[in-house]
Amino acid sequence: MKTGKIVVIGNGMVGQRFLEQLVGRPDGAAGITVFCAEPRPAYDRVQLTSFFSGKSAADLNLVPEGFFERHGIALRLGDKALAIDRGRKAVRSARGHELPYDKLVLATGSYPFVPRVPGAEWPDCYVYRAIEDLEAIRKAARTARTGTVIGGGLLGLEAAKALHDLGLETHVVEFAPRLMAVQLDDSGGRLLRRKIEALGVGVHTSKETTKIVKGAERRHKLLFADGGSRETDLVVFSAGIRPRDQLARAAGLAIGERGGIVINDHCQTSDPDIYALGECALWGGRSYGLVAPGYQMAEVAARHLAGEHDARFADADMSTKLKLMGVDVASIGDAHGATPGALNCVFTDEATGLYKKLVVSNDRKRLLGAVLVGDAADYGSLLQMTLNVIPLPEHPEDLILPAREGGGKGMGVDLLPATALICSCNSVTKGGICGAIAAGATSLGALKKGTKASTTCGGCGPLVKQILDCELRKRGVDVKNHLCEHFPYSRQELFHLTRIGALKTFDEIMSKHGQGRGCDICKPAVASILAACWNEYILKPRHAPLQDTNDHFLANLQKDGTYSIIPRVPGGEIPPEKLIVLGEVAKKFGLYTKITGAQRIDLFGARVEQLPLIWKELVAAGFESGHAYGKALRTVKSCVGSTWCRYGVQDSVLMAINIENRYRGLRSPHKLKMAVSGCTRECAEAQGKDVGIIATEKGWNLYVCGNGGVKPRHADLLARDLDDQTLVQYIDRFLMFYIRTGDRLQRTATWLENLEGGIDYVRKVVCEDSLGLGHELEADMQKFVDSYECEWKKAINDPETLKRFRHFVNSDQPDRNVVFVAERGQIRPARPDERESALEAVEH
Amino acid sequence: MSWITVCKLDDIVPNTGVCALVGGRQVAVFRLDDDSVYAMSNHDPYSRANVLSRGIVGDLKGELVVASPVYKQHFSLVSGQCLEDPQVRVAVYPARVDGDVVMVEA
Repeated sequence: MKTGKIVVIGNGMVGQRFLEQLVGRPDGAAGITVFCAEPRPAYDRVQLTSFFSGKSAADLNLVPEGFFERHGIALRLGDKALAIDRGRKAVRSARGHELPYDKLVLATGSYPFVPRVPGAEWPDCYVYRAIEDLEAIRKAARTARTGTVIGGGLLGLEAAKALHDLGLETHVVEFAPRLMAVQLDDSGGRLLRRKIEALGVGVHTSKETTKIVKGAERRHKLLFADGGSRETDLVVFSAGIRPRDQLARAAGLAIGERGGIVINDHCQTSDPDIYALGECALWGGRSYGLVAPGYQMAEVAARHLAGEHDARFADADMSTKLKLMGVDVASIGDAHGATPGALNCVFTDEATGLYKKLVVSNDRKRLLGAVLVGDAADYGSLLQMTLNVIPLPEHPEDLILPAREGGGKGMGVDLLPATALICSCNSVTKGGICGAIAAGATSLGALKKGTKASTTCGGCGPLVKQILDCELRKRGVDVKNHLCEHFPYSRQELFHLTRIGALKTFDEIMSKHGQGRGCDICKPAVASILAACWNEYILKPRHAPLQDTNDHFLANLQKDGTYSIIPRVPGGEIPPEKLIVLGEVAKKFGLYTKITGAQRIDLFGARVEQLPLIWKELVAAGFESGHAYGKALRTVKSCVGSTWCRYGVQDSVLMAINIENRYRGLRSPHKLKMAVSGCTRECAEAQGKDVGIIATEKGWNLYVCGNGGVKPRHADLLARDLDDQTLVQYIDRFLMFYIRTGDRLQRTATWLENLEGGIDYVRKVVCEDSLGLGHELEADMQKFVDSYECEWKKAINDPETLKRFRHFVNSDQPDRNVVFVAERGQIRPARPDERESALEAVEH
Repeated sequence: MSWITVCKLDDIVPNTGVCALVGGRQVAVFRLDDDSVYAMSNHDPYSRANVLSRGIVGDLKGELVVASPVYKQHFSLVSGQCLEDPQVRVAVYPARVDGDVVMVEA
């Protein structure tokens, strides 16, 4: 059946979701008109603050291209609905339109509550609700020094972050005795407060603002009930929201005592032809300030309108997880332990800033709620345990305590019933996800696209990934990333086993964690892990059999069995004397020379027995190994920098030399390349490198995970305007983190693309030390730096090693099969036909 | 065909190979960690370079192999068979340890 003309008032997140739900049904409407008071269609208000960290209004847009046109929906942007005439069943708008409706849907949302404080109407007093508010705040912040947010709830802290990001000295003033009073208990609130203060934001609780007057130093002065005061340039009110119910009120619809349009289980108001959804609605005496319940109402209303009379809204879960100013905060179910007989189980670690509380039923059988501050990684599994009444383990405290030996942590996703709601923002159940996987969505990307799971707040992302992996495993799809048939571990796992078990040789690792003799896959991988962990000489007899031929002979194998040599030239800077030495050596041994793309000189055509002879001369002239043969730091390229260049702003050559000397010889999952540019003209092409450094007026910008090669990738900016010391600290952490977690032969670019959380996650680990690993990573790097020695210098002084540098074990003859011909004044390997005739000529 | 002493056992680091000149032929000789020895042609049929002695030795599904250092094909130490291509096989030679020396019959 067709439902006739539908008019929707409001095109926010919930209004838009309603439209999508409605047009997706076979019995859609005959005609839909949407009034939208804002100048733009629906955008993601949940992510509003990201508008300040570089996202544009377009990035936040929620409406698919051509959505309204495709579905024949008339959108009246910037045209506010003024009145509802229920008698004539029509809506009148600000621009004078009058539209008849058969069914009317109110999705008018809420408005920010501004307390009745004298002075709140002054200029530079703002609310935090729409993109226009943010634009005004941003404009005002240009000439302001301090900003104060009134309200320390969820949105207030979001607003404080925005002011902080705009460079203002920021304060939060809260009426209640703690931050996020609705979601957190006292201890959680205290920890959150400490973390936020540590970021440089002032927190003032139990403060009632009574008046705003003109300031002496700053533009305004806030007066508090306790007699105190605070001067500020900007004021942002974020003291809660109120249902926007004026239209409904004027039309005579039932309204709650404290506001909100009363709706029934089908989302119908007191007039059955009028529905209300989202923050403007009042269901069972409650209004919801979260998007997830709004989305559920949108679905219920759309289904009901389309004739599904059993579509009902049930109470929505109010659990939330969010990141406030870099601090993870989550609140689940009965966070305050209001259930009679509820027991609390609390873990606090003030040193690392962790607070975790479980609220458990009196019989200790089920989880009622939880509060997490500082680390909300367990949010997904705890929420599922609460919602699905999954029996608690014997030691419920194990769910929040740091993992202990033998204690199973959390629970497998396999235990969840198909009805378990995984993505509450988009109402996606485990059954829905499994169905999509069965229908062919076998990657996280396809799954998100197909089900919309994890596309709003993203909090359920890890859980969705776990379900995907679990389902694929059940279907016999190989999701393991085992190194090879000899080790049932990934490189990352093997790295940890090696490091934690203090294993020093391949044999030890094999006997403990592997089987068989090993192969050309696992042996070099283990050699690289051992080198990164302990940095022992790679040609020690116990390590030598693991090395690929390049590492075995400390040179690069070429197609004819000869090798090439690339001595280290740090930063690409080389004095004439050394340049002459390279020329002399090349001439003496008859080598082909070429300048590489990374500002080095490559000498080709050396036979194994010549390598030590050549290196004796190079080492004597002050050269050292360039590690071009290893999965290791290759080169740090640089432009000439501020020393000579008219445009340079920093000494890029010196920085490149220092960086190269610090990380030379560092073994990693794959080769590493770096570059340093002395200004934004970027002549060193640093953004195409694993680590790229670009000088700014104030210091250095650090880019990571760029790549040239088959699949070029521009590096991502990790941090800005660093001083020398911080730059090195961040690179230390970044490199060691990659070395620990990268897969075999995985360049940083692919590593990043496969890393959950991407560059933001790397930034947290490296710049914010979110894993608390910073010191350990730096210490590991320092240990490596301190134990560096030139592999060639060591080789030419060790007779045992030198013995291996010969072609025949029982003869001093060279390999006759190596034949060169002349071309453009240098040698090149003979082609097969040329080689045949050359060999015949010798034999006759 | 006769047994020829090519080197001392100690000249070969366990689990690596060396190349010996045996009657004008280049022979790759491998020593495993149980001191067993294997000999095969040093010529890599794919790269046409004399380099098989420089490959990494190990096993694949229980078969003792060396991987070519150039393009990484695997050759059975026992039969010379290339695991990636049934059409390709390199010559293998009998080898043994006699006291402290390694001997190859070629």
